[in-house]
Amino acid sequence: MDFDLIVRVYPFFIDAAGVTILLSALTALLGLACGALGAAARLSRFALARFVGATYVSVFRGTPALIQLFILYFGGPQIGIELDAFEAGVIGLGINAGAYMTETIRGAIISIDKGQKEAARTLGLSRWQAMYKIILPQAARLMVRPLGVNLNMLIKATALVAAISVVELTYTAQRYIGSTYKPFEMFLLAGILYMIIIYATGRAVAWLDRRVQIT
Amino acid sequence: MTDHKEFVQIRHAQKSFGALEVLKDISLTVERGQIVAIIGPSGSGKSTLLRAINDLDPLTGGEVWLDGVQVNRSLPFRQYEKHINQMRQDIGMVFQHFNLFPHMTARENVTMAPKMLKGLSKDEADALAREQLDKVGMLERIDYYPSQLSGGQKQRVAIARALAMKPKLMLFDEATSALDPELVDEVNQVMKKLAEEHMTMIIVTHEMDFAASVCDRVLFMDQGVVVEEGPPEVVFKSPEKERTRAFLRKHLEGAR
Repeated sequence: MDFDLIVRVYPFFIDAAGVTILLSALTALLGLACGALGAAARLSRFALARFVGATYVSVFRGTPALIQLFILYFGGPQIGIELDAFEAGVIGLGINAGAYMTETIRGAIISIDKGQKEAARTLGLSRWQAMYKIILPQAARLMVRPLGVNLNMLIKATALVAAISVVELTYTAQRYIGSTYKPFEMFLLAGILYMIIIYATGRAVAWLDRRVQIT
Repeated sequence: MTDHKEFVQIRHAQKSFGALEVLKDISLTVERGQIVAIIGPSGSGKSTLLRAINDLDPLTGGEVWLDGVQVNRSLPFRQYEKHINQMRQDIGMVFQHFNLFPHMTARENVTMAPKMLKGLSKDEADALAREQLDKVGMLERIDYYPSQLSGGQKQRVAIARALAMKPKLMLFDEATSALDPELVDEVNQVMKKLAEEHMTMIIVTHEMDFAASVCDRVLFMDQGVVVEEGPPEVVFKSPEKERTRAFLRKHLEGAR
C-alpha cells in the first residue's frame, strides 16, 4: 500500500469528488422533476398520459443506464443532439433516475387511504385542492425514505459517466491508474470518498425523515 | 333559500356495478329538518344510496335533488366538477372510519375547508373552530392531532369539520360502527344535539335503538330496494313485511 502516493493525489480526488457531488445534485433535481411529472402522468385521468408515463418508466428501467448514456452522448450528435459529456451525464442519469422516482412518488400517493380524498372532496375541495392540501402532504412524508434509496442508487450510478469521460471520481481514479499503475490504492481512495458522500446523504435523509413525521 | 317541501329528493335511483345491480329504482323524499335512518343488512345498498346523495358513488340512473337543485346534473367534466364542489359544500358527510386528516390538528381539520373555499380570515376561522369544536365537546383538544384522540373523539372532530361548512344536510355513513361500544354514546349525543337543532340528516346505521330515538322515519333496505318505510314506531314495533321482521329479529338476537 503506497500511502505517499495517496497523500500526493488526494487533493485531485477531492476535486473529483466535488464533481461527483455536483453531478449527483443536478441529477437528483432533474430526477425529481421527471419523477413528479412521471407520477402525475401515471395518475392522470387521461389514458394517453398514463400510457406515456408507463412507457417512460418501462423503457428507462428496462434498459441499462450505461446504454442510455451512450445513446445520448455518442448517438445524440447523429440526430442533432450535441451535448458535452457533463451535460449528457446529468440529463441521461436524471431521466433514468426520474423513471425510478416516478414509481416511488406514485407509490406513496396511491398508498394514502382513499378515505382521505373522499373526506376532502366531500367538503367541496376540487381534485387538485384535495391533492395538494390533503394527499401530497401525507404522501411526501412517506416518500422521504424511498427517495433516499433512489438517491443512494443515483450517486453510485454517477460512476457510469466515467465511460463518457466526465472527469468525476471514477474517471479520475482510472486516469491516475494510467500514470501510477496502482489500481488498488486509486480505486480504494475513490471508494472511500463515495462512501463518505453516501453516508452523509443517508444521514441527511434520515434526519429529514424524522423531521417530517406527524407527531 | 327557497322552502321546498321536498328538501332532498331521490328519484328512481339506480346503480349497477357491471351486471350487479345494487340500487333498484329507489325513490325517497326528505323534508327540511327531517331525520331519516336507513337500516338493512350489509350489502343491501344503503351506504351506496347515501354516497350517491353527494355523488361520491355516482348513480347509473335517476336523479338526486337538494333544495331545488339537481346534484347529479349531467354536465361536461369541468363544469360538473365546479357544480359538484359547490353542491358538496352544502352536504356534510361523516364516515365510518372518520377520515380525519392526520397531518392536521383538530383545529386545522375544522378550518381547512372554510378557509380554502369560503375565504375565511385566520381570526374568523379560529372562532369557527372554537364554536364547532365546543359544540361537539372537543374544545379542550383543539390543538391535538387525530392520532392523539380516541375513536369517539375523532368522530366528534369529524362531525365538527363537516358542520364548519354550514351544510344544509348531513349524511352519516355508519358513524358509530367502528367505535368501541363505550365510545358510541358520546357520538350519539352529538347527533341528538343536531337533531334538536333541526338539522336535516340521513343516517345509515346499525343501531336500532338510536335510530328509534331520534328519527322521524326509518327505511329498511334489502338487496337494493326499499322494503319498508315509515315512522320508527311502526317499522320497529310492527313491521308489515316478513323480510323486515326477519332482519330485526336477527339483529336483536345479535345484539344480545
